[in-house]
Amino acid sequence: MAPVATTFFFYFLSALTVLTGVLVITRKNPVHSALALIMTLLGQAGLYLMLYAPFVAGVQVILYAGGIMVLFLFVIMLVNIERSQKEEQFNQQWIVGIVAALALGGVFVWVFARSTALFPNRAISMPEQSNTQQVAVMLYGNYMFAFEIASLLLLVAIIGAVVMAKKRI
Amino acid sequence: MLDYITSYLKSDTTPGQAGNLLWALVYIMLIFLGLSVAVIAMNWLERKILAHMQVRLGPMRVGPHGLLQPIADALKLLIKEDIMPAEADPVVFWMAPIIVVITAFTVFIVVPFGPTHAVTDMNIGVLFMLGVSSLSVLGIVMAGWASNSHYPLMGALRSSAQMVSYEIAMGLAVVSAVLMTSLNKTGTGTLSMIGIVQAQQEQQVWFVFKFFPLGLIAFGIFAIAMVAETNRAPFDLPEAESELTAGFHTEYSGFRWSLFFLAEYSAMIAVSSIAVTLWLGGWMRPFPTWLSGETWDLVFSLIPGLTFILLAAIAFLGVIRMPKHQYFRVQTAGLAGFGAVLGLIGLILFVPPVRDRIQDIFWFSAKVALSMYMYIWYRGTFPRYRFDQLMKVGWKVLLPLGIGVLILTAVAGVWF
Amino acid sequence: MAPIGTVHYLIVAAALFVLGVIGVLTRRNVVIVLMSIELILNAVNLNLVAFSRIWGLHGQVFAIFVITDAAAEAAVGLGILIAFFRNKETVNVDEIDLLKW
Repeated sequence: MAPVATTFFFYFLSALTVLTGVLVITRKNPVHSALALIMTLLGQAGLYLMLYAPFVAGVQVILYAGGIMVLFLFVIMLVNIERSQKEEQFNQQWIVGIVAALALGGVFVWVFARSTALFPNRAISMPEQSNTQQVAVMLYGNYMFAFEIASLLLLVAIIGAVVMAKKRI
Repeated sequence: MLDYITSYLKSDTTPGQAGNLLWALVYIMLIFLGLSVAVIAMNWLERKILAHMQVRLGPMRVGPHGLLQPIADALKLLIKEDIMPAEADPVVFWMAPIIVVITAFTVFIVVPFGPTHAVTDMNIGVLFMLGVSSLSVLGIVMAGWASNSHYPLMGALRSSAQMVSYEIAMGLAVVSAVLMTSLNKTGTGTLSMIGIVQAQQEQQVWFVFKFFPLGLIAFGIFAIAMVAETNRAPFDLPEAESELTAGFHTEYSGFRWSLFFLAEYSAMIAVSSIAVTLWLGGWMRPFPTWLSGETWDLVFSLIPGLTFILLAAIAFLGVIRMPKHQYFRVQTAGLAGFGAVLGLIGLILFVPPVRDRIQDIFWFSAKVALSMYMYIWYRGTFPRYRFDQLMKVGWKVLLPLGIGVLILTAVAGVWF
Repeated sequence: MAPIGTVHYLIVAAALFVLGVIGVLTRRNVVIVLMSIELILNAVNLNLVAFSRIWGLHGQVFAIFVITDAAAEAAVGLGILIAFFRNKETVNVDEIDLLKW
């Protein structure tokens, strides 16, 4: 099926992502920040779908929006103290921070604008039907070792999180 | 314009595949209507069936045999006062039921009622359903937090912990079923819902009976996990009245509560649809290969009409048994009218053109209805799990069992 | 408008990266700092997937690994936060300034 209204969807999704990203870093209430981050993640899943990566989009929704953000909301509820919302939200060197970050962003945009010629203007034909199969073949073929290491990493993270959050070890 | 409408009818795919927006919207409207009718029917059925299991009658007053009770409930909920707690966060409080309803309804985009009767057939259909179901946990957490009251907060935290734990067991069971789709000639499985039912059609076995007892155990794990996922008995500690005064939706009243209610029943129907698609053969009629041939096809195609005629007969039996008092005139007439409508639908379903088209949808709906009946049966039969017992079952029983079934299914798939 | 090419996605990713960096550098609430780190990781993921459209599926596989690592890091980071909060009752970055308490 031919893609439809690509321009509109791209601008809509990227505007949604960036605007909710701004909301994440500016809200006083951490729960509002977390909800804005969920919208950012969902907008990003939409962008992945536009880039013909349905499996990564699905993984993003399940793991990031449905798993990690639930974890964040739990912890926010556990450590949410009213006092923190009445304090000063931005630290003393906020101007320097923003200027530095914007300078970094400027460097990025300059590099991209200068090097458009380096990106070949082709798009590899990646049929959407077999995206999952191809990702699986690559994951269990070329990247088998990284896959096993990632599972070990998750095991270590589970043990670490449980030990960290226990009252008495 | 007319071309646009009829071009879809000639093509042999879902509206999403054909890129036809109008027909996709038509299908979505039909799903909305069907879901609303199903939720209303579920409300009545649950109260009546629970009552009969507890040797009492249930609602009998509002309409004949309580048939208008759901409408009375809906009216009551609509005209109730809309209360928001004092220190509640208005934005989050308002958004929580909306998120739960949206995620419960969005799942139905990929549910296949027939080989071409889905809104669209994503090639990551199963992943999409799992992802959208996991987003509903966020709505519950938001509801509990925004109410600014400790009962809802405890209920929301418990409920979301339970849902997240049982999602893992669900995922493992789903992966075992998807593994079974890859046992075909080309050796590649599929994540699309229609593809999974077609794989069952090719392999000529419902996945619940494949590699006996592995398919059955995987189906059992999913059946238990889906009951826990939708916060229904016996896993309904987070919303049980005697425990937590209705848990995360304590502070919601009127229309907002009815949104939670709607979302709960829609989520039940959604996960039942997943179970039916993955294990119980989707839209296939029972015994497609054992009892095959022209006559058996005809017999099975008469069953939809016969079901409605049977329901009409039960309604007329109720009419005959109504008390013969002048106060019951209206109720008797109403029940007779209802029976007549059911009989009319049954007669329409006997007409050959309708008969052929209604087969897939009927068998799918019948299996989902069976699953709904099991839900009500569990609620009437099992005592409630305590929360630590609930988490123990999720992590220490279902998760290792799911991993074991996955490994054994893979081994069996390679060997046989 | 020009047809949407890779550079458009790269600029969106750069914007998200800059927003994440601003969040890490300027906010005082530890949880929001952690969420800004997640924004940075997402920007990197978008970059990877945008390039995988040109150069093959390796980018998508790497993106999946990044998501996995983000989950592990969020879990451990939040565990540390809970352990700290139990002792000192604050989520203000400026007040977390003791090596041992």
